[in-house]
Amino acid sequence: MKDLALHILDILQNSVTAGATLVKLQIEEIPSKDEYLVKLIDNGKGMDAEMVQQVTDPFFTTRTTRKVGLGLPLLKQNAERTGGNMAIKSEPGKGTEVDVKFVYSHIDRLPTGDISGTLALTVSSYPAIDFIYSHTTPEGTFIFDTIEIKETLGDLPINNPQVIAFMKDLISDNLKEIKAS
Amino acid sequence: MSKITSLADLKSIKAFVEAKMSLRERSETPESMVQIRVAMATCGIASGAKIVMDYLITELDKRNIPAIVTQTGCMGYCYAEPTIEVTRPGHQPLVFGYVDAKKADQIIEKYIKNGELLDGIIPVNYENIEGK
Ligand SMILES: Nc1ncnc2c1ncn2[C@@H]1O[C@H](COP(=O)(O)OP(=O)(O)O)[C@@H](O)[C@H]1O
Ligand code: FES
Ligand SMILES: [Mg+2]
Repeated sequence: MKDLALHILDILQNSVTAGATLVKLQIEEIPSKDEYLVKLIDNGKGMDAEMVQQVTDPFFTTRTTRKVGLGLPLLKQNAERTGGNMAIKSEPGKGTEVDVKFVYSHIDRLPTGDISGTLALTVSSYPAIDFIYSHTTPEGTFIFDTIEIKETLGDLPINNPQVIAFMKDLISDNLKEIKAS
Repeated sequence: MSKITSLADLKSIKAFVEAKMSLRERSETPESMVQIRVAMATCGIASGAKIVMDYLITELDKRNIPAIVTQTGCMGYCYAEPTIEVTRPGHQPLVFGYVDAKKADQIIEKYIKNGELLDGIIPVNYENIEGK
């Protein structure tokens, strides 16, 4: 994956595939501690301990269409390359939490990429799923909550192209406002 | 300083979109629109599926073709990513492989607008498509 946003697209899709109805994504930039943290929490079907163990092994996947899982091992590798790490907590029937730490100032930290587009495309693809994204920097916190968006939309579908464009602008303007890196 | 987009702007966008929509469009059910699903599992993402999805949403809107474009998980065609599944109203879904912006443009102009077939169609047993 060439940037962080594509990894986020990938793990959000994992949560959707796991049947989650609520997906939370939290990004926290803490330059004073030299940390860039990404946390994903879902209420999908979860994984047992053995699977959590296996899931960061590049030769593991539950899918039958190819022999190796790729998403999580790649993300882990990209975090470790900066001196950071990835941890997964999960419980069958409850949900999954993926915690990734990148070292903020490390030269190998992936470019951020198009986070606003990633969120807009994912939330518009799954109208029945709620997504809450929060992004914190030393300048402040921005929260994007699809429950709020859908309330305002009423019966206008969230996958309307104008609504998708609006969500992109909303997120990217506010990320600029808090000087997200 | 330019104005920051806020949730309040969504109200005016909603009013604008609803005013612009013709009565016909308003009564359009998802089944009467073109439906496109973009395979967005790791292999799709890594080979450019997000760019294709962005392109399709923007271009179909610009060309006034009512459509719903959504992402989906694995469709099972790693070897041909990015792949998209296109359903024209009243027709069987067709899966196209190796889609980039250029290919997506041809799919819109030839297949979606005129029903013409083009290269890159993946023969599928539709029963198997829902990647398990
Ligand atoms: N949020 C999640 N909830 C439940 N299972 C998950 C989640 N994320 C990943 N998994 C499991 O881990 C496996 C590996 O995931 P990943 O590395 O993204 O590869 P892939 O999605 O291509 O199989 C998935 O097939 C799935 O079984
Ligand atoms: S795993 Fe490659 S297309 Fe699904
Ligand atoms: Mg995956």
